[in-house]
Amino acid sequence: MIQLAAPFTEEKIRALKVGDMVEITGVVFTGRDAVHKWLHEGHELPVSFPAGFKGGIIYHCGPVVMKKKGKWIVTAAGPTTSIREEPYQAGIIEKFGLKAVIGKGGMGEKTRQACQKFGCVYLHAVGGAAQVLAEAIQEVEDVYGLEQFGSPEAIWQLRIVKFPVVVTIDSHGQSLHKDVDAHSSTKLSELMTTISAKAKK
Amino acid sequence: MNTATQKKLFDSLVEIIRKTSTDLPKDVIQSVQKGHSCEEQGSRGDYAMRIIEKNVQLARLKSQPLCQDTGSILFYVHYPWKMDSEILAKLIRKAVVAATKKGYLRQNSVDSLTGKNNGTNVGPGTPSLHLEPWKKDHFDIRLMLKGGGCENVGAQYSLPDSRIGSGRDIAGVKKCILDAVYQAQGKGCGPGILGVTIGGDRATGYASSKEQFLRKLTDKNSNPTLAQLEQECLREANQLGIGPMGFGGKTTLMGVKVSALNRLPASFFVSISYMCWAFRRQGATVTSKGEIKKWLY
Repeated sequence: MIQLAAPFTEEKIRALKVGDMVEITGVVFTGRDAVHKWLHEGHELPVSFPAGFKGGIIYHCGPVVMKKKGKWIVTAAGPTTSIREEPYQAGIIEKFGLKAVIGKGGMGEKTRQACQKFGCVYLHAVGGAAQVLAEAIQEVEDVYGLEQFGSPEAIWQLRIVKFPVVVTIDSHGQSLHKDVDAHSSTKLSELMTTISAKAKK
Repeated sequence: MNTATQKKLFDSLVEIIRKTSTDLPKDVIQSVQKGHSCEEQGSRGDYAMRIIEKNVQLARLKSQPLCQDTGSILFYVHYPWKMDSEILAKLIRKAVVAATKKGYLRQNSVDSLTGKNNGTNVGPGTPSLHLEPWKKDHFDIRLMLKGGGCENVGAQYSLPDSRIGSGRDIAGVKKCILDAVYQAQGKGCGPGILGVTIGGDRATGYASSKEQFLRKLTDKNSNPTLAQLEQECLREANQLGIGPMGFGGKTTLMGVKVSALNRLPASFFVSISYMCWAFRRQGATVTSKGEIKKWLY
């Protein structure tokens, strides 16, 4: 198990390889569909917040957050499907110098290239594991855009501890999604050929 | 049905929703454990399955949703024929609203035209109710919660399909199933379970494919042709190497369940629904007094 702790320097990110199992400790920012579109349109975040978004980690997640005794508590926080942000992600990685993107289901060619060029990685969390991932969130530090985007779409600043992920796109041009796709595609062709041959008999 | 009985039935419905959302059924847990044991220790697949198992335990312990996407709400109910089905439907909707308030269900129902979410999970088409009267004096209430990630990777094929070389026969059906698993990769939050229907029309085919998820993973199809197809598809899909979450590995699927409906001479559909590992379905026998008598899974 590789421990990835803040600060998330380019050196630490470049050391990660596709297939690595990683636990992240530090601060991440949630952002999903509305935020990606909004940032892509050229909107700027206020200087005061979020400190650390630049050069930080964005998490494709629409958490369930409750206010208890004046404090925000995350009760469910699994990843959402990342591919919807594919049109925006590369530009946002470049503009904000993001060091990592956390999500599920993988991303496409543009993001893979941006990861390679700007020293970023895509980290795959386990889809559906809302409780395990919520447990790894120690504290809600701040929130931005709650009124504008609504709770699931807002930018939540979360302090996480040993948050479990797998590197599926690294900063060296490798993508596990591409590899698994290619391998399963070959296997599929073999199976299809066998089925056809059996059917002819 | 008097007010007291209605209140009891309402409470039972909320409890069925709570249990479905927070506690995986036994047959699914067994399949998850079996799938886990197939993954090489220390591999990425093993890592994903360990997180999944831990999540299952945590959700049950905390009585909180297994997955934050509490999904489409699909009720399958048999009710005593003397009961007014409108009252029953009303009680179910009320229970859905209450379960949403309690946090067992996420606010998950969005107006497709305005994008607005009224936060109750009740609206046109949601929840989805399949209500059937029967001659017995108790209820059989089953619920499925199906997340959007896996719903998005479902597929419907119209045979013949030259892209994958599928003709109108069992071999052709098999090709559809394997192609759908390949197309889904890890996007449906695998290891998954497939519900498949051969035949029907576009609507009845998909509806019946979802009903396959009401079968226990351990059951055997009573039709020998379909039983064989289920086994072969499961075995072959697991040779694709997609693995848990698409990380690569041996367990791509945990089950395949197939049904067949009659079709028009002109049509030959293969409808495939994909269910994620967070396979939330539960059910109970509920007495005429509205009390849960027995859990069904």
